Amino acid sequence: MMLVLAVVVLGAGTFAFRVAGPALRARVEISPRVETLMVIGVAVLFAALVATSTLIENHGFAGYARTAGVLVGGILAWRKAPFVLVVLAAAGTAAMLRLLGVP
Amino acid sequence: MRSLWRTLDRELARDVALVCVACAFVGASFGAITVSSGLPVWLPMLMSVVVFAGAAQFMFVAIIVSGGNLFAAVLTGLLVNTRLLPLGFAVGDVFGDGWPRRLLGSHVTTDETAAFAMAQQDPGKRRAVFWMCGIGLFVCWNIGTLLGAFGGTVIGDTDAFGLDAAFPAVLLALVLPSLKDGPTRRAAAVGVAIALATAPFVTPGVPVLLALVGVVASLGGEKVAS
Repeated sequence: MMLVLAVVVLGAGTFAFRVAGPALRARVEISPRVETLMVIGVAVLFAALVATSTLIENHGFAGYARTAGVLVGGILAWRKAPFVLVVLAAAGTAAMLRLLGVP
Repeated sequence: MRSLWRTLDRELARDVALVCVACAFVGASFGAITVSSGLPVWLPMLMSVVVFAGAAQFMFVAIIVSGGNLFAAVLTGLLVNTRLLPLGFAVGDVFGDGWPRRLLGSHVTTDETAAFAMAQQDPGKRRAVFWMCGIGLFVCWNIGTLLGAFGGTVIGDTDAFGLDAAFPAVLLALVLPSLKDGPTRRAAAVGVAIALATAPFVTPGVPVLLALVGVVASLGGEKVAS
């Protein structure tokens, strides 16, 4: 029973975060200046999310296989390769390295 | 709804579909790991519907399995999800009018959905890809969780397929074009440095929020290309 309650609280809190953003946006006047900063903010958020989800796991280094996979994907994306290729190459590189025993 | 799909070109729809399939596999692994850890079979399914946030769900389960208390598990999950507030603020104009759309749109907002939407310049295309990705991910994540919870250990560790590298690559590919001008690049570089420097010491979710300080680095200097 407590477990159900915990999941509901986590769900409600998560939903509150999800609703708050758009609600806030509907209330404030967004000047071009704020719009620019917001777009930069989102780019920063995603860049940080990519960096941490690539390199960090349990407060430590996530391993070479994953890092190499994302790096290969990143280089392909930078060279304007198709999205599908970027994603499959990232996964394939990491999987292949793990098959070879790379952590 | 039909006009939404027509707005999307084939290539974009294929990209979204790929992420949805990958998401289903991770969902299956979430279901399988949770049930094989000795937790009830309804837990992963309830979580995938109610919470619908991968990283937070995995962390919640990991904390409970390792003997941590429920309060810590909820708090950790919430902290991981705080980033959804600024993300929602940024994409909050794509939902369309009316409360049903706003509530549903909010619930299906994820990193991938927001990234796909932000990568589109045209407002119509932005809205179409948001809904396609949002609903597609929700459906696939839940089907995956269901199959994993009942199917057991057929798909155990998705790291073996490199899916842990695929998701950062998805976001990287979508965000890369927005890092086109100097100020944005400076801000992103500072943000990444802050996130990586703090990640070993603070709770997951917080480093990404701290990274937003990096926006300051975009101020001054040359104009932002828009």
